[in-house]
Amino acid sequence: MALDQSFVGRSYPPTPAYEVGREKIREFAEAIGDPNPAYTDPEAAKALGHPDVIAPPTFAFAITYKAAGLVIADPELGLDYSRVVHGDQKFAYTRPLRAGDRLTVTSTIESVKSLAGNDILDVRGEVHDESGEHVVTAWTKLVARAADPAQDAQGGGA
Amino acid sequence: MAATVKYDEVEVGTELPAQTFPVTRATLVQYAGASGDFNPIHWNERFAREVGLPDVIAHGMFTMASAARVVTDWAGDPGAVVDYGVRFIKPVVVPNDDEGALIEVTAKVAAKLEDNKVRVDLVATSAGQKVLGMSRAVVRLA
Repeated sequence: MALDQSFVGRSYPPTPAYEVGREKIREFAEAIGDPNPAYTDPEAAKALGHPDVIAPPTFAFAITYKAAGLVIADPELGLDYSRVVHGDQKFAYTRPLRAGDRLTVTSTIESVKSLAGNDILDVRGEVHDESGEHVVTAWTKLVARAADPAQDAQGGGA
Repeated sequence: MAATVKYDEVEVGTELPAQTFPVTRATLVQYAGASGDFNPIHWNERFAREVGLPDVIAHGMFTMASAARVVTDWAGDPGAVVDYGVRFIKPVVVPNDDEGALIEVTAKVAAKLEDNKVRVDLVATSAGQKVLGMSRAVVRLA
């Protein structure tokens, strides 16, 4: 199923603010098995020059992917979510996410392609804090795999 | 930001300490909860096989987070990471046993950039296969 090319360049309105909590960061750091004190101890984070505990670099994805969910679920786009795996992921940080941040995400569809029966979607998520400062941009490539068992073992999982 | 590694003390080819990260089904359940990614391919073997996967696979983002640790542990400040990108080229297959899988990560400095930044190239493998491609981080050193 080919995706609707007219979606290229489409931006979605900023999400409601996501408030980054210390305990959420701790929970995430424990889940990735990372004992770095900058994620759990405000004093350790301050010693590194941060105003409060910071989040591991990939934590941003939990926020941007939720925002991208609006794009993915857009019925007019026609993406088969049940076959979606994660192709590429990239982040560019102005600063690390930290406890107390209230973050909004603005998602933009950068490209839609069909290759060998796979539908490929590139979404950019720009994350800003309450004062409007840029925090991080996330680029996510999603691949809806062709319904062909021979091509099924690719990809790292959405 | 306050990285502890000094820009002047690294050169192209400098190796970062390698690390190995174990992943079990319990790890994936915990990561699903913390990240909000409940895709059943990461915890439901029946579903994973139905969509053509060999078994339950790890979240790509779990692998990406594990690989990042090699950089953040080395740099001394996780906030020193300026850019980080990967391509998910093979899944990390996690069998339903007590051992699960291992993600092995090596990294080295690939380029020295302006403004005390360096590019680190990472290699992540599991069961002898490369699982991440184009895995690169840019870090600002002291």
